[in-house]
Order: sequence, then C-alpha cells, then structure tokens
Amino acid sequence: MRRKRVDHMQYQEGMEIIQSDLMDRVLKTVEKYDYSLYTGRDVERVLAKDHLSLEDFGVLLSPAALPYLELMARKGMTKTKKHFGNSVTLFTPLYIANYCENECVYCGFKATNKIQRAVLNPNEAEDELKAIAATGLEEILLLTGESRYKSDVEYIGNTIKLAAKYFKTVGIEIYPLNVDEYAYLHECGADFVSVYQETYNPDKYEQVHLWGSKRIFPYRFYAQERALLGGMRGVSFGALLGLDDFRKDAFAAGLHAKLIQQKYPHAEIGFSVPRIRPYINNADNNSKDVHEKQLLQVMMAYRLFMPFAGITISTRERAGFRDNTAGMVATKMSAGVNVGVGGHEEEQKGDQQFEISDERSVKEVHDMLVQKGLQPVYTDYIRG
Amino acid sequence: MKETLIKDPLTIGGHEFQSRFILGSGKFSLDFMKAVIEHGEAEIVTLALRRANTGGEENIVDYIPKNITLLPNTSGARTAEEAVRIARLSRELGCGDFIKLEVISDSKYLLPDNQETVRATEMLAKENFIVMPYMYPDLYTARALVNAGAAAVMPLGAPIGSNKGLCTKEFIQILVDEIDLPIIVDAGIGRPSQACEAMEMGAAAVMCNTAVATANDVSMMASAFKQAIVAGREAYLAGLGRVLDFKAEASSPLTGFLED
Repeated sequence: MRRKRVDHMQYQEGMEIIQSDLMDRVLKTVEKYDYSLYTGRDVERVLAKDHLSLEDFGVLLSPAALPYLELMARKGMTKTKKHFGNSVTLFTPLYIANYCENECVYCGFKATNKIQRAVLNPNEAEDELKAIAATGLEEILLLTGESRYKSDVEYIGNTIKLAAKYFKTVGIEIYPLNVDEYAYLHECGADFVSVYQETYNPDKYEQVHLWGSKRIFPYRFYAQERALLGGMRGVSFGALLGLDDFRKDAFAAGLHAKLIQQKYPHAEIGFSVPRIRPYINNADNNSKDVHEKQLLQVMMAYRLFMPFAGITISTRERAGFRDNTAGMVATKMSAGVNVGVGGHEEEQKGDQQFEISDERSVKEVHDMLVQKGLQPVYTDYIRG
Repeated sequence: MKETLIKDPLTIGGHEFQSRFILGSGKFSLDFMKAVIEHGEAEIVTLALRRANTGGEENIVDYIPKNITLLPNTSGARTAEEAVRIARLSRELGCGDFIKLEVISDSKYLLPDNQETVRATEMLAKENFIVMPYMYPDLYTARALVNAGAAAVMPLGAPIGSNKGLCTKEFIQILVDEIDLPIIVDAGIGRPSQACEAMEMGAAAVMCNTAVATANDVSMMASAFKQAIVAGREAYLAGLGRVLDFKAEASSPLTGFLED
C-alpha cells in the first residue's frame, strides 16, 4: 500500500494546538546534548551531589557512567527508599481494542499487519473487568490501538465508566486527544494518561511512522500537556529505547517530564522504559543497543534526576529483571498480564501487540514482593 | 579572577551587574557610605525611602555615588497598597524603576507577609517597576511571585538583623532549584562564610546590611563580604568536587543479576 507521506510536523485538521513552547525547548536542548564529552570524573562529581541538574542527568546517561552502574544503583535505591519506602504498586493493563490506523514500522498492531482485530463490547469489557478485579487488583490501565474510527472517544469513555465501578484507579494508554476529550474521559473516571513519544528525534520519528495521525510529531508531544489541561491528575513519559539513540531519547523524555512538572507542579509524573531488544549474536559491539545494563542505567538516571517520579517496569522484561529492579528503582509493576484484546475472563478475542516475558499471576507477583521485604500496594488514590 | 566575573553578569530586569553583593544602607553612619561601597565593590545599594530626607539635611541619597544603582525599598509598608504608594513616591523622587518590595505587618519579628507581597508585586509589575520582593522562602509564594511579574526573588536566610545565617537553607535550595528568576538571599546573613555558602548553593546574589554595619571596621567587613561572595560564586560555577570514596569493589550486590 503506497500513501503520500504528509509533513509530520504539521498539525492536521481537528488536532488542537495549545500555547506552549515546551517542544522547541526540548528539541533545542537535546540537539546540544553530546554525551561523548563526559568522563568518569564527571560521573563521580554527579554521584556526590544531592540535587541533579539537567546536565548531571545527561552525564548519568552517558557511556562514561556505565562502569559506575553499581554505585548509581546504590544511590538510586536510597532515593527510591526515601521517596517510596518499600511500596510497589501493582496494576494490570487491559487491551479493549487493537484496531489501528497507523503504520509504525516497529509495532505489532500496525495497520497492515494481518492479525486478529477486535473491540470488546460492553458486556465483554465488564466480564474482563470483573475477572481482573477478582484477582485483588484495584488499579487498571485501559489500552486501545490508535483507531478513532473503531474505538472512538465515546466508546473509551463508556468503558472507563465501567472500569471505575470496579477499580479505584483508572489510567488510559490510547491515541492522543484534544483537551475537551481528555476532560470528558476524566469526567468518566480516568485520572492518569500515558503517551509515549517513541523517539524524540523528529527525523527518525518521520521514518518509522509512515502514515496515520500518529505521524504528527507535535500533536503527540503535547498530549501530556493537553491531558493536564483537561484535568487529568498524572501523566507518564517514555521513549521506545533502541528505536533511535536511546541516550538522547531518554534525555529528552526526562527533560520533557521535568518541564511539565515545572509548568504543572501538581501533576504526578511517571516514566516507562520500553525497549527494543538487541538481536542476540549481533550484540556486543553496538554502543546503541539497549541491553539490561543500559536499561538499568536509564532507569537509575531517571530516578536520580527525578527521585519523586514513579517508574513502571513492564512484563516485556523477564521476571528476574523485574524482581530485582522492583523497590530498587521501579515503583510500579504489572501482574496477571495479557496483552491481547481481552483474555482474562473469556478466550482472547484479538491478537497481542508484543510478547511478554513475565506471565506470573497477581498472587505470584504479590508473594515475590512480600518475600523480598517489599509491600505490594493496590491503591493509593481517591478519585475526586 | 575578574575575568570569570566579567563573563558572568547578574541580570535583573534586563540590567546587568558585575557585583553580586547588594549592600543595605540603613544601619551605619552616612559618613561611611562611600568607603563601604568602594570596599565592597557593590553596584546596588538599598535605600529606605522613608529615610530619604529629600530637600532636607543629611539626605542619604547624597551619600551614594552616582554610578550606583539605587534599590529603594518599601520598608514601613504594612499592606500592598502602602507598598505601591511608597514605590510611586520613589519613582517620582527620581530613584528609578527598581523597587525592593518589603511588606511587613509584624513589628516584633519583622517577617515578610507573603500574601500581601504577591499582591503588591502584581500591582507594581503592571506599573513597570522592576520588582524584587523580600519573602519568606516558600515555593508556592515564589511561583506566585514569578507569575505576578517579579524580576528576582529575595528569600530571607534568617530573621532580619539576627546575623544567624542560613537557617532556611533547605528551602532556599528548593527555590534555587525550581525558580528561574535570580534568587537573592536577603536578611540574616551574619558572616562572610555564610554569604559564601549561599553563593555556593547557587544563589544569584547576597544582600546584607547589619553584618557590615555592626562590624568594628565596616569598610574592611564590606571587603570581606565582597571576597566571600566572589569565592562562593566561583565555587558554584566550578562545580563542587567529589566527596564520596570511590574505591574499586569486586562485588556488585545490586547489579549482579543483569543478563543479555
């Protein structure tokens, strides 16, 4: 299928433009970020500090910081304990639809992929929600593919209303919306919004988002800000590490989050750290690959830069990695996960976006945390 | 040493200054004024407008060299309205557009009234004053001052005149980290070492009066403050050195689990 490639920096009809200069500030700053300049001495200086500047954050993301990962971890763990104690929040994602109108070369849901597509109808959604609630979870993240046509705002709103009956906290990870649409979904019962920029490099972004509304870089960039203007309580940030230069992308995501926090000091800030795994056998010498070591480096850099921010560790990572990072740097983890559409109560109705590496139940994850001396937290939010 | 300072001006309301030492003028004899300013190399000197005896004998303004930027303050104001009146008067008297906003309605502790200060800042900024509000170091107030149009924020280090130093250190650090305007530590600084510490933390400037005025040799103390402020600023710019003990360790208790 050949389509005309539209200008990825131009808003399209219906996309709200808000007054903000954050994108220019992020892109200009990231352009100047040169991690090759930093040395071990810089890393040592940063590790001796209590409050990190943006440049210090850049130092911790540099290759020069890798040999200091153990020290970063010790310092990061202290920060995590100071801000979060031994608590780790549990939640699960529920995919309510997987139709997608975008062609993103890296994604299993992309429009041209011949996979089983589905939308949960209200009865199916409610059955799923009940089944998940029965596991003891009180926080849910509702996800869709990015199709306004097959999963419109009203449909998502209705599903949120259902979810709010069974869960104390409802988050959404859907396509970017306008302010009034976020306000509507907030009214329906959603309070937290995750939107990932994938890469903050506009050129790379253009190359991997071939068509569909997701191709429009600035509209996606300003999603968190529109969500907060719509009354949402918290927003999450993340880059798909490994899609482009992960050091620059992590730096950009951190800066993006910092600027949002400064402009909207009441907002809760979270990070996710999805990565593209390096091909085995092709590994050792590509400095841009994101192995577990680099992934932990990024997580620790986020933690030390913004000690108060939540960091979620996904089931894309193996159980061993999740168990060790929980409480040390990650403050939130999913459990009892199925990334296909539905699949908790009934047969899975639609195919999954990616393969998960940790299929443990809520009970199993709960027990693991307790055994490690950590405290599984199911809810810490009272809906307004 | 000078070169560092020349490339590192203090900018307030679009005006650049080489010196980061703001001198208060209220507590020593006017005869000393010129010498103190010279020894301290101050470029900004505060002035209590209520002490400006314009047209009369012993006018403080006559003792301040002409190349110095006057920073008239609104001391005596108990409400935003009173502060605005004093500021307007100051402008009429030719004292310029800078105004150090002080709104104090407690005569025992002389602590600034943050709420009235925010209100007055907004009113004065609308009249194009370069407003430098004196405040109790509170993050919400500092943000409100930014939104109200302040040109700098002047948190107190300790109760005014107390010479107790940086009692509010942790909170001033928060303002330094979070607020994009110059943070100028005002009140409570009793020794040059405390001024130096404030500058090391990233304060943009230090204002003091009592500490100089109550020294046995006011000129020499002004010079000591000047040097301490330069030292603190350079330490801040240079980046404080490492203090952790980085011995090589064979074991990696926290990262030993990593694979792939």
